[in-house]
Amino acid sequence: MAHQATVADGGDNYLNHSKGLMSWLTTLDHKRIGLMYLASVLLFFLVGGIFALLIRLELYKSGTQIIDANTYNRFFTYHGAIMVFLVIIPSIPAALGNFILPIILGAKDVAFPRLNLASYYIFMVGAIFAVAALFLRGADTGWTFYTPYSIRTNTTVILVLTGAFIAGFSSILTGLNFIVTIHKLRAPGLSWSRLPLFCWALYATSIIQVLATPVLAITLLLLMMERIVGIGIFDPKLGGDPILFQHFFWFYSHPAVYIMILPAMGVISEIIPVFSRKPMFGYKAIAYSSFGIALIAFIVWGHHMFVSGQAELANFVFSLLTMFVAVPTGVKVFSWIGTMYKGSMHYYAPMLYVFGFLELFTIGGLTGVFLATLAIDVHLTQTYFVVAHFHYVMVGGTLMSLMAGLHYWFPKMFGKMYSERSAQISFWLILIGFNVTFLPQFVLGAQGMPRRYWDYLPEFTTLNRISTVGSWFIGLGFLYAAVYFYQALRSGKKASANPWNALTLEWQTSSPPPHDNFIETPVVTSWPYEYLPENIYMQGNS
Amino acid sequence: MFNQALAGSVPIQGTAVAARWDGLWDFLIGLSAFFFVLVVGAMIYFIIAYRHRPEKKTTYLTGSHLLEAVWIAVPTLLLMIIFGWGYSIYHSMTQAPADAYEVRVIGKQWLWTFQYDSGRTTVNEVFVPLNRPVKFVMTSEDVLHGFYIPNFRIKQDVVPGMYSSIWFQATVPGKHQVFCTEYCGTSHSGMLAKVIVLDDAQWKAWNLNRPIGNVPEVKYSGVEEVSAQSPVASAQGSLVEQGKAVYEKKGCTACHSVDGTTKVGPTHKGLFGSKVELADGRTVVADENYIRNHIENPQSSTVKGFNAVMPTFKGLISETEMNALIAYIKSLK
Repeated sequence: MAHQATVADGGDNYLNHSKGLMSWLTTLDHKRIGLMYLASVLLFFLVGGIFALLIRLELYKSGTQIIDANTYNRFFTYHGAIMVFLVIIPSIPAALGNFILPIILGAKDVAFPRLNLASYYIFMVGAIFAVAALFLRGADTGWTFYTPYSIRTNTTVILVLTGAFIAGFSSILTGLNFIVTIHKLRAPGLSWSRLPLFCWALYATSIIQVLATPVLAITLLLLMMERIVGIGIFDPKLGGDPILFQHFFWFYSHPAVYIMILPAMGVISEIIPVFSRKPMFGYKAIAYSSFGIALIAFIVWGHHMFVSGQAELANFVFSLLTMFVAVPTGVKVFSWIGTMYKGSMHYYAPMLYVFGFLELFTIGGLTGVFLATLAIDVHLTQTYFVVAHFHYVMVGGTLMSLMAGLHYWFPKMFGKMYSERSAQISFWLILIGFNVTFLPQFVLGAQGMPRRYWDYLPEFTTLNRISTVGSWFIGLGFLYAAVYFYQALRSGKKASANPWNALTLEWQTSSPPPHDNFIETPVVTSWPYEYLPENIYMQGNS
Repeated sequence: MFNQALAGSVPIQGTAVAARWDGLWDFLIGLSAFFFVLVVGAMIYFIIAYRHRPEKKTTYLTGSHLLEAVWIAVPTLLLMIIFGWGYSIYHSMTQAPADAYEVRVIGKQWLWTFQYDSGRTTVNEVFVPLNRPVKFVMTSEDVLHGFYIPNFRIKQDVVPGMYSSIWFQATVPGKHQVFCTEYCGTSHSGMLAKVIVLDDAQWKAWNLNRPIGNVPEVKYSGVEEVSAQSPVASAQGSLVEQGKAVYEKKGCTACHSVDGTTKVGPTHKGLFGSKVELADGRTVVADENYIRNHIENPQSSTVKGFNAVMPTFKGLISETEMNALIAYIKSLK
């Protein structure tokens, strides 16, 4: 690889470039903003995770364990809303994307640094509204806010809606910023056909963010107007149509599923060639399939509504279209496996998380085909089968990928190495814990146990108990990860500029990068996955 | 085959549709197992076979159009088969036979009410005949609910302000579990009911309001006997009779006839199931949803040749009255 890259020689970096709390709160540096997003997202992940553990604890046996039905209904609402809107949606694009995208493009920053900082504050204002509801009467509608229940419940739904409404603008602005950055700020020589796949994935994601999020904003606004002013839009008592809400909601929230998973796929695509020491297999197919998925994302929302009462013709069309999601997704999975073929694979923590991703995402994807199939969905929808399916995709996909990305870019972000041994122990805890938690839920769903149930029939006890025990291992795994990351920040070994011997631009500058990312603008002369047969070594993390 | 491997993974087959459903389920389990082993098996094999070894070079490969064509074409073909198979079963789930025995279902936080043609009403237990098509016409008094019978593999949301329906032909006598599946607040998980499928003798006894004897409880894994079912509360007149009373009480007779003569509004004789030409040029079929909608929003579907003078009855007719009213209009042949 013949990047004319330059490595800053010690001293100045973005972390010590300026000092003090205000230098962080008013920073325009995409790296610092990325870290601020990361810290916020991890904090919300802790909160959402605690709710998850409490939910599972309550479901350890039938009958009341620790909380009553009303509290339980609030807790699953908080868990869902926090994890979707404040963790998974911003996790990879806003945190890792903000940090990595400009550097991997060879740019000094995103196209609009001030807008970027504004996005962060808008996100936090939205989050504060949503979290404030927790301290008042809470919200008990589920993260989907289905009408007319959400109009009639006496909980503080308005605050949560306002929070999601505001946070949505952050998502739109970040998407806009990324699109312009990718178009305008690529380093000399970084043509479209040499663009790293993480950028392609973020590009496809940004398009969805810009086009779909306004629909969510409008929907939530209409819902607020109905609750506050009593304008009849969704409540049949006022002449509205509750199914219309579901159409509006899923018109955003289905594409949002791809806002969550496409960046995750981008991270996986970066890591596999590096740790396999092989060129990406089917680079164009992976790049294009992101856009294929983004396009299909907009025309399949009705598959959430097969038993809602919508017309049979609509169900026919949405089931048919949904089947096509599996095609580009399959292309990606096969291409990733193909990249490993005849490689020289190194098994450090980032790659372990990739393997975990592939195992879990494959199960998530295959069970998605069950749910896309009309008759099969009629029995399985609204049961634990759906719960297990989307956790395999969202946690098994997005969170595993976030962990892969964190372990991969941690040396770049902080200039320190974490304990590889601890990372591997934590990985196995999370992977095994995850499967123990969610595999039984597929069976529970197939047997007919509905979701959002505070209590259940005695015949569901054993599987629920196994699931609850599994959740403790996931909790332990993440707790352990928090400990060794903290230790690494405090006293980790110094990381070299390019411990993984990777070819993309972010590894061609020092760790951590200087304030302006590069001393001199890098020039790109080949594609980023040009791993020649003898290029099989990396320093790694030992 | 896979059912044996995964014994108990799905409930018993309470209908013929459930048996077809299980066939497709088995196919999908088998196909998924194949692709899972293919992907994860290949991954594990590569992890072992292509682990890093000093001096062992990689092979420079950037893709293969042939492979890509294969892994686009094969899944597409399989997915189309799955889609068609799934739609075919779904279609038979939605097409209720014309002679189906009808029960009206009302969901409200947090119980189920069932109204029969005989005028009886039951709560959280619905009595239906064995081996005969049964259709539930459902609505909700408050928020969304979901009506789900796992043993029959069917489920349908119950929506306020409109009617949705579900049908089945039960092949296993006994009590079958019903769950509410659309989140509806505090006691969502307590909103349970039973579909009680009666054999011929029991069905006759039920219709004569006599004790019906033992009804087995159908569990997910099989059938077991439970104590005798007590007879259920009697009603005041048949549903059609109740509907006639509502019809007169609410003053429908002022503008509508039941004998074919035209008054201020069109007659209701022969209305149900007929095609109605509307003033705005549409032609609609007068089904439950049309009648309900017309009673609640008359201006939205004024009949051709009539003036839009009917007032709305929204909020003035309860769900039980509405069901009786529609049953009465339906009876005006």
